[in-house]
Amino acid sequence: MKVNEVEYPAPADARRLLSDHLRHDLGLTGTHVGCEHGVCGCCTVLLDGNPVRSCLMLAVQAEGHELTTVEGLARSGAPLHPVQQAFHETHGLQCGFCTPGFVMSVVGLLAQHPQPTAQQIEEGIAGNLCRCTGYASIRRAVTRAVELSK
Amino acid sequence: MTTRWFGAPVQRVEDDRLLRGRGRFTDDIGEGALECCFVRSPHAHARITSIDVNEARAMPGVAAVYTAADLPFGGLDLPLLIPHPNLTHGRTQRCLASEIVRYAGEAVAFIVAESRYLAEDAADLVQVEYEPLPVVITPEAAARAEHLVHDDVPGNVAAEMVQEVGDVDEALAEAPHRKRLRYRYERGAASPMEGRAVWARWSDADRKLTVYDSTQSPTSIRGGLAVLFGLPESNVEVIAPDVGGGFGPKIMLFYPDELLVPYGAMQLGRPVKWTEDRQEHFTAVNQERGQVHEVEVGFDDEGRVLALDDDFIHDGGAYTPYGIILPIITAAQVPGPYRIANYRVRFRDLYTNATPTSPYRGAGRPHACFVMERTLDAIASELGIDRIEVRRRNLIKQDQFPYDVGVAWQDGNAVVYDSGDYPALLERAVAMLGPKPNGDNIGMGIGVYVEGTGVGPYEGAHVQVLVSGKVVAATGIPSQGQAHATVWAQVVADELGVDVKDVEITSGDTRRFPWGVGTFASRGAVTAGNAMHVAARMVAGKAKQIAADHLEANPADLELAGGRVRVKGSPDRGIPLAAVAVLSNPMRYAFGGGTEAATQFASKARPGPPLHEGEQPGLEATGYYSPPGSTWASGCHAAYVRVDPKTFRLEILKYVVVHDCGRVINPLVLQGQIEGGVAQGIGGAFYERLAYDSDGQLRNASFMEFLIPYATEIPPIEIDHIETPSPLNPLGVKGAGEAGVIPVGAVIGSAIADALGVPVAEMPLSPLKLYELATSRP
Repeated sequence: MKVNEVEYPAPADARRLLSDHLRHDLGLTGTHVGCEHGVCGCCTVLLDGNPVRSCLMLAVQAEGHELTTVEGLARSGAPLHPVQQAFHETHGLQCGFCTPGFVMSVVGLLAQHPQPTAQQIEEGIAGNLCRCTGYASIRRAVTRAVELSK
Repeated sequence: MTTRWFGAPVQRVEDDRLLRGRGRFTDDIGEGALECCFVRSPHAHARITSIDVNEARAMPGVAAVYTAADLPFGGLDLPLLIPHPNLTHGRTQRCLASEIVRYAGEAVAFIVAESRYLAEDAADLVQVEYEPLPVVITPEAAARAEHLVHDDVPGNVAAEMVQEVGDVDEALAEAPHRKRLRYRYERGAASPMEGRAVWARWSDADRKLTVYDSTQSPTSIRGGLAVLFGLPESNVEVIAPDVGGGFGPKIMLFYPDELLVPYGAMQLGRPVKWTEDRQEHFTAVNQERGQVHEVEVGFDDEGRVLALDDDFIHDGGAYTPYGIILPIITAAQVPGPYRIANYRVRFRDLYTNATPTSPYRGAGRPHACFVMERTLDAIASELGIDRIEVRRRNLIKQDQFPYDVGVAWQDGNAVVYDSGDYPALLERAVAMLGPKPNGDNIGMGIGVYVEGTGVGPYEGAHVQVLVSGKVVAATGIPSQGQAHATVWAQVVADELGVDVKDVEITSGDTRRFPWGVGTFASRGAVTAGNAMHVAARMVAGKAKQIAADHLEANPADLELAGGRVRVKGSPDRGIPLAAVAVLSNPMRYAFGGGTEAATQFASKARPGPPLHEGEQPGLEATGYYSPPGSTWASGCHAAYVRVDPKTFRLEILKYVVVHDCGRVINPLVLQGQIEGGVAQGIGGAFYERLAYDSDGQLRNASFMEFLIPYATEIPPIEIDHIETPSPLNPLGVKGAGEAGVIPVGAVIGSAIADALGVPVAEMPLSPLKLYELATSRP
């Protein structure tokens, strides 16, 4: 499988979750695990460009696919990705635990809808839980990300 | 002093690494560590008749299996954190249960293996036999005491406390109107997105224990581990790295893993890590909010409260590690912002066969606010007076501060409100709320509250100017998202006249600052914020002294600005702060970075020895702030809601907040705290219910059934502030962390009652609950 444009062999352990594989085998700990039953969205990554829950997939299922994790959005030292920058400007994160999942969901949303309606924004972030922000600043972040992406 | 940074909406300095996926949460560290898993009791109350771990121990990949019998501290009760004279029957659990389990989820065995996968496999091989015992699950059942949670605790009563101000019986007897009311608030769960996690390493050579812990109180964890393992505190390092939300339960210590993970690391000579999963978080992590209040209120024809008598029971859970802080807070906060000359409150803290309780954001206050606000609504309804007007008539006036409520506070002091302007809060909120929208089934709710914040005993800070001119500062309390690295930097930058980006904050790392208490009770800004201010001011004073010698000026004529110490009125006459840092340390050997300026042949001669008596090298200082009493923040929330009369779906049409936490350090951060708090309050008011069955099983221990709101459930929230600075601390600040959540249950409950015309005397509500209330109307 390809992760952030780098080719990796599939893990030997067939029952290894994709989320655990990314975090603990590849050291990509930016993908977080909040519930391990597919509700919180902290573990969201892009699979061939679409947001998926990495805790609901086995790592071996990702073989032959391209994955993008939060670490793949902006290289070290490079400016933040517009979605990341927007979260920063709008105080769209507090503890930062759910944040990579939200960022990946929003990247996926804007890839599909570069000019999302308010309804599309609401639906685009409604698959991720945040316990800190109350979502208001995350809505502002999406709006700002649209501006920054122009 | 310039106040360039204090009060500015400075964007957070901690964001960059968190946004890039480079945060450092406990489970992110410690590659190669052994991993662990618990065997937990499936019963809410049972006698353990046998534990067989042989098969698990023999499994390949298992490093150790611990039961109580295997631990040198297995027979010790865990600490009772806050003893109180009224807590006559305090009980704490043991690290691992060996005889009786008293809640489903109580830890029985602990497995250390090469991976979590293998540890869970081994957990399946542990055989524990139980003999179930009768279960006490509601506070009402605990009060009936048909069964006991602890054999030696009569009536299930851990504590009882009565306080009275004025003469309630006489005032009630003389009151023109009297009303009896009953309120029920159920348990809630904080549910931070990151569960708990602990990583530990023992270095035999250094005899040093290093622990990373997703805790709100690393300094206390350090103290406790030092005592347990007989080590000097300096040999124990505890770090709360990035912590993915706390909201209260992570202030609890010790959870069993906080002892077992370090113990395992010491025994096995390898780093050990345990990361909780979400299901065990639901039962193994403390909860809060279960209370039942029986209230009698006496009032006059104008709706003024003459007497309030509140008798409540508190669901303490199976053990009382946190003492009776929660019911004490409730008892103190029921009167809220209102003048109540005659107030009596009695509580009983009762044991139940459920997860122990300790503070969850709001900590005793949402229920207190609900009781008072629903009672005022009842008075308004009885007399046919507008609900807002009833509040106006009872609020403490601005000229009544400091206001002594007459009851005891959680720090042992009296409850004395330091400052505030409650009528202004109310009027501003009413104006922001505006006229009621047209339509059916729309209701208005309003609630005013106070919040005791910034409790002691103290926090401290260390501030140092490096020879580069950059500033580092540290405090003992950790951040769980409250932007400590930004707001403390603002406080320090102002005192030292530097850019906020040149101040690097470390919080919650005992290696950098070993003393302090923790992040809880909306206390960070007040305690650590003022400690930062004190320490930075000491550094500024020292910088002026050193610069005065160098500039041959009077220290009183100097100021710190633009990264320099300079003569007021002659900004060209000055010296960079970096150079002052160099000069602060008289040297024999230069080590680069401009330090040659402080060597013996380079620096200007000053009479006497290079370091004068009483002087210390380094441009640094350690300062402490210990509050004389709590600061009392306040606020008013109001809302319009619409409830679908058929589906009982809730729609929040408008939600306004007017908040007063004294001087605001960073409005951007404050807004986030309020918005997040309100969202948590909405969850607790209408969506999140812990569904315990009569056997003490939590039936909805997953995010699929315990419904934390998504964005779709949370409306935009309009926020305004008033600022009545606290006279108690140098910065004039009050706490804000819990403010958002406190009155939400009262406001939503009031609005729904108004919309549907149903009696609302309980929390949480839900569509099903509203259906029951609507169809059971007489």
